[in-house]
Amino acid sequence: MNKLLTVSPSPHEYSRESTRKLMYGVVIALAPALLATIWFFGWAALIVTSVSVVSCIIFEYLIQKFILRIKPTITDGSAIVTGLLLAFCLPSNLPPGLVILGALVAIGIGKMTFGGLGNNPFNPALVGRVFLFLSFPAQMTTWPLPGGFNASFTDALTGATPLSILNENYDKAGIDVLMSDPELSMPGYQELFWGNMGGSLGEIAAFALIIGLGYMLIRKIITWHIPVSILLTVTVFTGILWLARPEANADPLYHLMTGGLLLGAIFMATDYVTSPMSKKGMIIYGTGIGVITVLIRRFGAYPEGVQFAILIMNAFTPLINIYMKPKRFGEEVKNG
Amino acid sequence: MLKTFPKGGVHPPENKISSGVPIEAMPLPEQVIIPVNQHLGAPAEAVVEKGETVKAGQIIARSKGFVSANIHSSVSGKVLKVDKMPDASGYKQTSVVINVEGDEWLETVDRSKELKKNISLSGEEIIKKCAENGIVGMGGATFPSHVKLSIPQGKKCDVLIINGVECEPYLTSDHRLMIEKPEELLTGTSLLMKALGVNRAFIGIENNKKDAIDKLKGLASSYDGISIHALKVKYPQGAEKQLIKALINREVPSGGLPVDVGTVVHNAGTAFAVYEAVQKNKPLVERVVTVSGKGLDKTLNLLARIGTPVSKLIEYAGGLPESTAKVVNGGPMMGKALGSLEVPVTKGTSGIIIFRDEESRRKEKGPCIRCARCISVCPMGLEPYLLMTLTEKELYERAEKDRIMDCMECGSCSFTCPANRPLLDYIRLGKAYVGKIIRERKQK
Amino acid sequence: MSSVVLITIISLSLLGVIAALILYFVASKFKVYEDPLIDEVEAALPAANCGGCGFAGCRNFAEALVKSDTFEGLSCPVGGNETMALVAKILGREAPEVEPRVAVVRCNGTPGHRKKTSRYDGELNCTIAHNLYRGETDCQYGCLGLGECVDACDFDAMYMDSKTELPVIIDDKCVACGACVRACPRDIIELRKRARKDRKIFVSCVNKDKGGPARKACAVACIGCGKCQEVCNFDAITIENNLAFIDSDKCKLCRKCEPVCPTGAILEINFPPRKSEQTKEAEKAEA
Repeated sequence: MNKLLTVSPSPHEYSRESTRKLMYGVVIALAPALLATIWFFGWAALIVTSVSVVSCIIFEYLIQKFILRIKPTITDGSAIVTGLLLAFCLPSNLPPGLVILGALVAIGIGKMTFGGLGNNPFNPALVGRVFLFLSFPAQMTTWPLPGGFNASFTDALTGATPLSILNENYDKAGIDVLMSDPELSMPGYQELFWGNMGGSLGEIAAFALIIGLGYMLIRKIITWHIPVSILLTVTVFTGILWLARPEANADPLYHLMTGGLLLGAIFMATDYVTSPMSKKGMIIYGTGIGVITVLIRRFGAYPEGVQFAILIMNAFTPLINIYMKPKRFGEEVKNG
Repeated sequence: MLKTFPKGGVHPPENKISSGVPIEAMPLPEQVIIPVNQHLGAPAEAVVEKGETVKAGQIIARSKGFVSANIHSSVSGKVLKVDKMPDASGYKQTSVVINVEGDEWLETVDRSKELKKNISLSGEEIIKKCAENGIVGMGGATFPSHVKLSIPQGKKCDVLIINGVECEPYLTSDHRLMIEKPEELLTGTSLLMKALGVNRAFIGIENNKKDAIDKLKGLASSYDGISIHALKVKYPQGAEKQLIKALINREVPSGGLPVDVGTVVHNAGTAFAVYEAVQKNKPLVERVVTVSGKGLDKTLNLLARIGTPVSKLIEYAGGLPESTAKVVNGGPMMGKALGSLEVPVTKGTSGIIIFRDEESRRKEKGPCIRCARCISVCPMGLEPYLLMTLTEKELYERAEKDRIMDCMECGSCSFTCPANRPLLDYIRLGKAYVGKIIRERKQK
Repeated sequence: MSSVVLITIISLSLLGVIAALILYFVASKFKVYEDPLIDEVEAALPAANCGGCGFAGCRNFAEALVKSDTFEGLSCPVGGNETMALVAKILGREAPEVEPRVAVVRCNGTPGHRKKTSRYDGELNCTIAHNLYRGETDCQYGCLGLGECVDACDFDAMYMDSKTELPVIIDDKCVACGACVRACPRDIIELRKRARKDRKIFVSCVNKDKGGPARKACAVACIGCGKCQEVCNFDAITIENNLAFIDSDKCKLCRKCEPVCPTGAILEINFPPRKSEQTKEAEKAEA
């Protein structure tokens, strides 16, 4: 045999998992929500999503190729995930120029300034979204109502989101009063579940997001710790508020299904790079997000707080990683 | 629910291709190379010289110190030289090279196939026999068995564990031994129990070896105190600490030994070797080696003499296929890749695995995406990603605090990393540096 | 409206004053006295923080210089005698002259000289490869060619030659800080006395095997034959473990050893070409 033997350190066997497969797994998990949003918002949703995804990929490529001068890694799929998530927290009538700006901030500032994939402290999509939200509050807070493919872009009906209605009416009226007021046209539980209401692209259809969660759990892309701890915390916290004063608060179920809570808890808080690594840490992180979300929703000026909550807890992630170590084998001896 | 260890672990493809192939005695090679250091601890000292004639079973290197083991000639013939020869890592170390002439054994060795079940010796005599006959752990760590059997003062041992897990993919040598020599193995277990003075022994076997479990279960009833336990298939269950946790739910403290929790673990292959050493007075001069790989036409379980060059084993299995890229000494998770095939089979060689090109090549590494998979698979509860970073940045004190020395190098982290990061490579490096720092500190 | 502005201004100023007071208090209370000489000495050092002096950085070295009474064992390889003279002036002492040194790679195992017998497919880190096995060739002592020394060099004085697969030291840039020596897991790099015009004669091999196996692994291996030792008039050459070593402090660069080496393990660098026997005879005849 003339071929030389290969020598490498053990192990010699590798699993089939790869970064790319994980990222495309997230994309697949986002697909049901994407289909739902296209169903409700028609072409507008498709345009915003594709502009966001394509510009994220292009910005990543350009920055890596010409500024960082490293081999572009756009095929790993992380830019697609960022693009999709960014689009999912934008309203369907946002002008493409703003979407592109958001993508630039998300990839350029949120990701590449820190050294690219794996090094960013904050979820890039949320950095882009928060930038747009603070810079263009008017465009970012008018959501068209669902009109399907027949709706025209220009004069789509816009409406307030259920959370902003709630925000204005805390301490004034309970959820049942608000829901029975025809003038407010608050969506009912069914609309919330299926997504037939106004809102950002990805946050309307609860069922589609839950399908995505199921897929990611089955494929073991994520573990249950973060989404479950967030949703449980929100349920408990809003449940206490609701039980204490039902006439002034919305019930937990309504809170769970409105706004970007599910999208955030399932897809954004679980971003590998910006979430803690030990199971204990994940639960602390999730609980923190849940608490901050409810605090902002109920007591803050903004109707929605998931994105801010995630960004705030992102900042705590390194600290959590330092103090929340996994249980070492043989650390405390309990024999039996 | 089958028992297993609770934290971490992976499930690599089992690939136990050779599990149905009976053990076959390998024909004698023309020359054997027997290194004097085949065990953990101090190397033995060669006691033969160039030109001397030796018989199979004759001692050729005597143990130096307590943690060391005797080395015996595995063949009869003439000593060609006592010189530095490359071992499995390619580094040269003192070895005895013997030209084979005939197959003449020492008269004291009982080579009959007859089963000897009665135990006539006392515990101490059994330990002495093990030491004399150079018995070491056959699972791969090659720790001298007599050391393990001598319980330090103040420690107590109440249960013996026999490791029949064989969690490494491909390897089937212990599996075949359990099927083909069950009585010998159980007698060996009884001998070990007597040596340790315990009245309970657990034999742990992974559930992918149902035939071995059934066979041993059927026979174990006639042996006092031995029970057979099926375990869930999970790597690295064969690791001592994980096996103890799985079988008797005791956790060996960090930096401690199994005896700290009242148990001693021996490999199934070791139990068989102990039987031969004590009942038949046969030194450890041959062992079962699995020769396997997807590219091979036939896979084998060979009973090979210690010192047989690996190339002879492969030749016997039909030669290296054209597609070969890597030859691994041991299992695919912890074994060492060989740079040359002219290296000998030693007491710790459990298998020779042949990998094809596409199976063995490392993939390009990417940045860490902090998916935390390495943490969730680490059976020792460590953070491999962190240990790698700390080593890269030369922060050895922090690495020590984060328990880098607890790592047993099972490779689950590198196996599972989706970004193909060389986690274990760096952790091993960090361990070497931290170990040096600890030794220096102790000397002060 | 104006009251709002006023309140803002007052409250912010107040906050500023309070913060300044706290800072002043803390700064004066917890002030650590440091010899001002340390700063001065540090300013004179090259600020390379290479660790060549054996300290963690230039600041630590400056502290050590100020604290100790003599310069014994303290020298900055980067700045050399000039810097040390400057430091000596600041501290009012005499600085001993230190002979300048230069790093030398003692392996000539190019692919042509050393046949590859296996292929390494792991992390490109010399220490990892060294701990794993003997390397891609049959020589267990020679260069692994993965460039850890080049990574360790802070002065851009090294690069990997893609043809020879060996590291090369750029003499002009090398400051003999010793980072590469520490980085090499096989102790191949040595700091040798820097001679005029960067001339050097050295045994470019660290193979401790006996002649046969050494030669088999590499065509230019030192086989420890001892011929060079015999011709050396200055006792500069020692042979230990089948390996010759030329002590650069004793070597007078007489060039006698190089021609007698049967394997070509001794290298001469930066010397004018030797005159061949014919030209020598011709010169004799002319004279």
